[in-house]
Amino acid sequence: MTATIPSLRRWFYPAAVLTAALALGLNPATAGPADTAQERIVRIDNFTFSPEVVTVAPGTTVTWINGDDIPHTVVSPSGRFRSKTLDTDDRFTFTFPAKGEYPYFCSLHPHMTGKVVVRDAPE
Amino acid sequence: MNDLRQPDDGSPGPDRRGVLECMAWAGTGLLWSLGGGLPRAMGLEKALAAGTEPAPFTFLQISDSHVGFDKAANPDALGTLREAVRKIALLPEKPAFLIHTGDISHLSKEREFDDADQILRETGLPTFFVPGEHDLLDNGQGRAYLGRYGKGSRGAGWTSFDRNGVHFIGLVNVVDLKAGGLGNLGEDQLDWLERDVAGLSASTPVVVFAHIPLWTVYPEWGWGTQDGGRALALLRRFGSVTVLNGHIHQIIQKVEGHIAFHTARSTAFPQPAPGSAPSPGPMKVPAGDLRKLLGVASVSLVGGAGPLAIIDTPLAG
Ligand SMILES: [Cu+2]
Ligand SMILES: [Fe+2]
Ligand SMILES: [Fe+2]
Repeated sequence: MTATIPSLRRWFYPAAVLTAALALGLNPATAGPADTAQERIVRIDNFTFSPEVVTVAPGTTVTWINGDDIPHTVVSPSGRFRSKTLDTDDRFTFTFPAKGEYPYFCSLHPHMTGKVVVRDAPE
Repeated sequence: MNDLRQPDDGSPGPDRRGVLECMAWAGTGLLWSLGGGLPRAMGLEKALAAGTEPAPFTFLQISDSHVGFDKAANPDALGTLREAVRKIALLPEKPAFLIHTGDISHLSKEREFDDADQILRETGLPTFFVPGEHDLLDNGQGRAYLGRYGKGSRGAGWTSFDRNGVHFIGLVNVVDLKAGGLGNLGEDQLDWLERDVAGLSASTPVVVFAHIPLWTVYPEWGWGTQDGGRALALLRRFGSVTVLNGHIHQIIQKVEGHIAFHTARSTAFPQPAPGSAPSPGPMKVPAGDLRKLLGVASVSLVGGAGPLAIIDTPLAG
């Protein structure tokens, strides 16, 4: 039970931050290098995740799109997220509420690896 | 014990038990022939053409049928599997059984397995399977495969059996793969393998089959098995070991001591030679060339003391 409380809090913080940013008239899509854009795309082409590392702000939704003729998956070794099998043009989406580093790989082709880094945008 | 290292005088006999002889590599199928303990490979076309010296014990390797695949590299993978099965029916020496080295289906759909089974049944031959990574994509992560093909197997589908004095071992190296790694057998399977071969005399010919190559072909594309060396170490004492793999959709072979390695063609689509393309994805070739790059393999124990003979047969010359 105790584990669920911090994770709930992680869900709420970024939402509050985002609301504040919008209230100040900031455009989340154009701010900062630790990009506060709410969505990021990771392409899967030629058995490679690209970009291999994406750095995003908490609350960002990352979408993986498989452009290969071969199915791939997006799997966090810690079990935090796991896509279904992505056939050609299939997508997988996951929202990263909390700061941290989230490595992942393709469970069919484990030499395919990538990472999502979630951190606050610098001032 | 005899030195079974590869002699190269081309003469048949017990000294050649370490030899994997390639008689022709143009083929959809590999015909394996066990002669004196070591397999030799020969293209299926050639086997069909030759067809004179009947082998007493022959089995057939088929691989990577990817039923359900319909992309540009081959819009009809089911059709080319059907062609491969027709080729098998024409073999002068009827194989005793079939070994499918995985990627039966493309996406592990029931329909794909059904279609594959229906066509493979037309051979009228018993078939032994090991899964490829494409066969474990159901929601149960392999439960569908095990339910269908896993009878009598252990763990994720490992199996062993004896035929005509040859010990066959089917290994599974596509389960529980680790980030950044290659194919994986795991501790449980290696323990089982050690016990499985413990009672065998070193003169027993051994045939090992698994989906991903057990030797390192090209790690940059994941073409190898992380703990494959540990499995091979358990088999080093045997005078004749033949390792049959799939996954890379092309023929590559190597002989190391008494161990002969051989990978089979796919019946669905070819993949590029290691490092020759940006990725190992399906290789699109001119339509007229596709069937030259698909095929099956036939393996024969020629009897007496000769090596196993492997014949690769393409769907089209
Ligand atoms: Cu993949
Ligand atoms: Fe395959
Ligand atoms: Fe495969």
